[in-house]
Parts: sequence; C-alpha cells; structure tokens
Amino acid sequence: MNMIQAINSALEVMMARDPDVIVMGEDVGYFGGVFRATAGLQKKFGKTRVFDTPITETGIVGVAIGMGAYGLRPVPEIQFADYIYPALDQLVSEAARLRYRSNGDFTAPITVRSPFGGGIFGGQTHSQSPEGIFTHVSGIKTVIPSTPYDAKGLLIAAIEDNDPVLFFEPKRIYNGPFDGHWDRPAKSWAGHPAATVPTGYYRVPLGKAAVARAGEALTILAYGTMVHVCQSVVEEAGIDAEILDLRTLVPLDIEAIEASVKKTGRCMIVHEATRTSGFGAELSALVQERCFYHLEAPIERVTGFDTPYPHSLEWAYFPGPVRIGEALKKVMRT
Amino acid sequence: MRPNLPPLALHVPEPRFRPGDPVDFAEVVIPPADAARRPDTSAQPAEFHELAYTLVRVLDEDNQAVGAWNPRLAPEVLRRMLRSMARTRAFDERMFRAQRQGKTSFYMKCTGEEAVAVAATLALDRDDMCFPSYRQQGILLTRDYPLVEMMNQIYSNRGDPLHGKQLPIMYSSKDTGFFSISGNLTTQYPQAVGWAMASAAKGDTRIAAAWCGEGSTAEGDFHSACTFAAVYRAPVIFNVVNNQWAISSFSGFAGAEATTFAARAIGYGIAGLRVDGNDALAVYAATRWAAERARTNQGPTLIEHFTYRAEGHSTSDDPSQYRSAEEATAWPLGDPIARLKAHLVAIGEWDDERHAAMDREVAEEVRAAQKEAEKNGVLGHGLHQPLDSLFDGVFEEMPWHLREQQAQMLAEEAASGRPWARK
Repeated sequence: MNMIQAINSALEVMMARDPDVIVMGEDVGYFGGVFRATAGLQKKFGKTRVFDTPITETGIVGVAIGMGAYGLRPVPEIQFADYIYPALDQLVSEAARLRYRSNGDFTAPITVRSPFGGGIFGGQTHSQSPEGIFTHVSGIKTVIPSTPYDAKGLLIAAIEDNDPVLFFEPKRIYNGPFDGHWDRPAKSWAGHPAATVPTGYYRVPLGKAAVARAGEALTILAYGTMVHVCQSVVEEAGIDAEILDLRTLVPLDIEAIEASVKKTGRCMIVHEATRTSGFGAELSALVQERCFYHLEAPIERVTGFDTPYPHSLEWAYFPGPVRIGEALKKVMRT
Repeated sequence: MRPNLPPLALHVPEPRFRPGDPVDFAEVVIPPADAARRPDTSAQPAEFHELAYTLVRVLDEDNQAVGAWNPRLAPEVLRRMLRSMARTRAFDERMFRAQRQGKTSFYMKCTGEEAVAVAATLALDRDDMCFPSYRQQGILLTRDYPLVEMMNQIYSNRGDPLHGKQLPIMYSSKDTGFFSISGNLTTQYPQAVGWAMASAAKGDTRIAAAWCGEGSTAEGDFHSACTFAAVYRAPVIFNVVNNQWAISSFSGFAGAEATTFAARAIGYGIAGLRVDGNDALAVYAATRWAAERARTNQGPTLIEHFTYRAEGHSTSDDPSQYRSAEEATAWPLGDPIARLKAHLVAIGEWDDERHAAMDREVAEEVRAAQKEAEKNGVLGHGLHQPLDSLFDGVFEEMPWHLREQQAQMLAEEAASGRPWARK
C-alpha cells in the first residue's frame, strides 16, 4: 500500500470495528477526499458516518468536539494543514482543555487528520508545517507518520486514543518515499519494506519513536518526509548516522532520544517547519539538558527558513540534500 | 480624493443613553401580547419574516396569558417556574456578596434574565443537552443540581467537582445535561450542533440547546454553527440572549441597529423567533415549539430573547461608567419574576403572603447551602486540592514530561521550607 491506501485502510478498519467512528470534512464524502484518503468509505458505511461538510474549519472541529461529547469518536479532516488556523480556537481553547477544565466530566476523543508539509510546489498555503503551534498546547497529542505501515498503525492508535490527536500526514510522501532529490524521477512505495501493510487491525503505539537507521556516528532526529531525505543524505555521505523517526511529537519518546544521543555524542535535528520557535528548538533544548556531558559538538538544527513558504524558490527553501549534507559535515567536523 | 464628491463618513454606533442621561425607551416597539401568530412546527424558515422582527409575548398588561402562544400551563408548573427564578436570584445575591466578602475571586449574576434559562429548561426534557454560556445558571437551578455543589465550584474548595481547575461559575455537569462552560465565547455553538448531529445520526430522541449573548453572535463560530445546523437540519435550539449589553458595548456593536438577531436565522434557512425574554410564558412556549420542531426532524430554531442585563457584567464591572443608571428600572418589559408573580396573582393562584414566604424559603435554602459549602473551605484559605492534582486530566494518562514537572513542583515545595498546607 502507499500511504494514502494505508490511511484509507485504517479508517475502514476502525469504522468497521467501532460504530461510533465517523469521518467528516470538506470533500471527504461522495468524492472520497482531494487526496483520495476517504475513497469508498461513504459507499461502504453510509452518509451518516462519512459526510461532506461546509467549508468552515472552526465548524468542522467544533462539531467534532460536540460529537465527541455525545460519545462518538469523530475523525474530522482539515483539507490542508495550512487551513487549520480558523479552527485554532476550537483546538486550543476547547479540545485540548475539555478534559482538564471539566475534571474528566467531558472529553474530546477526536482525531484531526490533515495533510501537511512541502515539496510539492504548493506555495504559501499548501506547504506549511504548523506542528510547532500545536506541540506548544498542553492537552493535544501530535502524530506524524513517515511510512504506510506506521501511518495505518498510528492512525488506528490515534482514533482509539481518548485524547484529541492531531494527525499530520506528509503529503509529499503519500505516493512514494521522497529522498529530497526533486530533480530525479519520483519513487513509488512499491518494494519499500514499510509499504507492506496488513489489511486488518494493528496498532503502532503513540509516544514511541522508531529507529529508521541504526548507526554510531551521530543521531538525527526527524519526522515525516525528512526521515527519508535524511536517510538518502546519510547513505550518500557514507556516514554511520542513527536516524530516529520520532513519529509522535507529543508525547515524545524521550528515552529513545536520550539513549541514542548518549551513544553517538552528536545530534542533528531536521524539520521542514520554520526555524524560530519550531519543534526543533524544543528537541535541541531537551538534548542539551539531558545529554550535555555526552555531547561532542553543538546540536545542529536543519529547518525551513523563517519565511513564508515560497513557490518558485521551493528547492532553495526546502531542507534538502545540500543543506542537510552541509550540516552533517559541520556536526562531524567538530 | 475627488473634490466633486462629498466626503464619506464612518458610522460608529452610540447607545442612546450614557451615565446621567434621562432614559426614555419609547423607541422600543412592544407589540400587544396576542399579536404574534404561532406557525406550525413544520413551517419553512422563509415563513418567519414577521416573527423575526416582532416579539412573541403571552402575558398582557392585565397580567393575563393570552394569544396563540399561551402554553396553558397548570398553576403548579407556573409556581415551579416562579420558584426556580426566585432561587436563581437569591443564589446570585448571595454569591455576589460572597465575592465582595473575599470568599471567591469572581461572580456573574443573571438578574433580569432568569426566565431565559429557567423557563427554557422547563420546556426541554431532562436528558436534552444544554450548551450554556456563563449566564444560564438557571439551568442548573431548574434541574435541581445541588446548590452546595455550585458553591463548592465557586469557592474552588475541597468539594469542588472541578477540583479547583476552573474559574468560578464555569460549571460542568454531564449528568445534569449541562456542558462544561468555556471562557471562550460562542465555541459551544458548533459543539451543540455536533452533539445534536450525533444524536440524530444515532437515531436518538434527545436534542441540544445552546445559549450565547447578542454580543457573541459576532463571533465566527456563530456563523459556522448556523451553517452546520441548517445544512444537516440538526435538532438544536439556538438561544441568543439579547440583554442589550456586551460588557460596556451596547447591542449596536453586534449589529442591532440594522436588524434583529432573530432575523439572522432566516438567511441561514433556520426558523427564527423573537421573544419577550422577560415573559417566562413566552420563553417557555417558544422553547417548547422549537423543541417539538427539533424532535420531529424539522430542523433547528434560533430564538432571540429580548431582555435587559439589569446589573453589571460581572463582579469586575461597574456599569455606571458607561450606561445610565435609570435603564434597568425604565426597561419597558419589566422584571420576569414580578411579571410571572403578577400573573399567578391575577389568576388567583398566588398572593403576596405566599410570595414573601417563598422568598424567605429560598433565601434560607441558599443560606444553608452556603454554610454547608463553606465547611469545605473558601478560596484563598489554604490549599483545598492535593498539590500534585494540578497535573491530573491534561491527558487521560500522564506522560513523562508532566510526571517530571509534577515531581519538580513537589520538590520545590519540600525545598521551600514553607510547605502548602495539605488537606
């Protein structure tokens, strides 16, 4: 399966298992979603469980919260993460706090799916990576898969989770594991070991990182598309890096990070999102606090620049092989 | 700028009366009590034009219940309605004073608006879910939620069902059908629609009701909620409590100079009623009608309750700084409790002695509840919840970073040499 099919399969499995799981969002019903993630679900489960919504993100999330309060387990979709901002109040002020402010009287067991990230010539409003806005909010979990296998298992775990989960899907790798070489032909998931996805139910636990590549020379902390870009850069540079695919940003797998950095003594953090106050800053602070005496070089952050996401200059903006390669040399030189 | 055209002018609304001004509400049009027609609950939204611009009223100048909207309630129901409103007012008086005495940080009264919550609640079923704003304490009082529990929440004390996590009056009681109140305005509107949609999707028979003030209708969530409710014909009742004031801003800043709030419904394809919010029977009748419409899959209703916020916005507000003190007494729709009392007296089911006795009883009930609640402590007098409970309920299970911060806090307490008193 590619990542779209894996996500579709997770939704289908959960809708079949739990009559309280419902799917809603712009164009998700009859049409099956602009990325086809919900294709066939309305036909199989009916219009009262899979339906199109008006174009109002705050309405989509607000309604999902109300459905969650009733006892359903809604999986709303925000068509692009760039359009999640109208729902910010409902996510930050409501979903994230409902359990806390009502002392458990009401909860928001919702999973907000949203395609995110760049590398597709999406320009300013089809490329953003807003995860850092949400990792700053207490009460929300943030999950980002990088393979079809993880996408399905993590989405199932997110839907079963009783807390609100933001599930950001790196749309650049929906159809293949993008390695950052935009000038080479695109790869598909065919033949990739993580593209073998069981058709039935399984979970990948939230809060657990995965070792995308074991190594001794340095630790690279990445998630989403950047896992694949880093893998390719590391192989090309011939450096024995350990790449941790974080998979869940909140709650973070701090044990895996600590163990890896203490082993390698060097750490590089890679994300597409803009640099200042991005999630990389949190990762860098945590590594510095917990692994200071094991560090042999300053922690390096490779990120998008602090600009809106550009259109024509995409490959100058995107943290691709050149920028990551330079940072890699810098970390290893010290 | 083109010299041959007159300059444009920006209109900034201004209320008719400011502090010190004499008040004359002659421009507020009050139609006769029997004027409004009562359509069938299956009527199309487009048929509500005149109902969205008039006032549904039942109690006339002679304190009789008249017209098509007369709900013909039995005297014991009327007395129960009256008592719930009186309890609400007595509760407000007592808690306002408790705030002034420093026993809690904050309070908000609903004086003059008691009918909006009490009569509506009596017209709903006990298991219908209410999504209130912060000024519908009458819902809890009508559904006989314990006064002591409300006060425990206000005092953030040992008995506080919300364990001191919420600002006073931001109650939550799932069992009472009272959704957790948020400080963020109108967020509960789309949530109520979602709850109602879920009920419909599950083939349930319960409906949802939401409340917001007229000021809050300016929020984007109001628009989202109305759109969703109309699109899916959600079994929901939207209540807009038009009490003329949003803190210091008069209703003109929410658009009232140009239209009514009930009229907004029509553009969405929602039935819209404008009701005398100080006429408990009109509020009851309109809610009953809207509930019937929702329960028979005819869709949502928006009810504008035309009323007046008789007191300050909150204990942190001084209305004498922005409006005439005469307004509350000059308000042409009077006081909801006085009007229902007069009706009961007029039909021979009540008298001044019984009313005075009821007032004494509810005052005593509230006083006794306060005494009971204060046994659990009041705000600021020591710590009422275990210190480490601060981290409970952020997530269902506490992740490592919260466990670490919790341990840090306990270590700080131990190191301070001044441990918080633990109860």
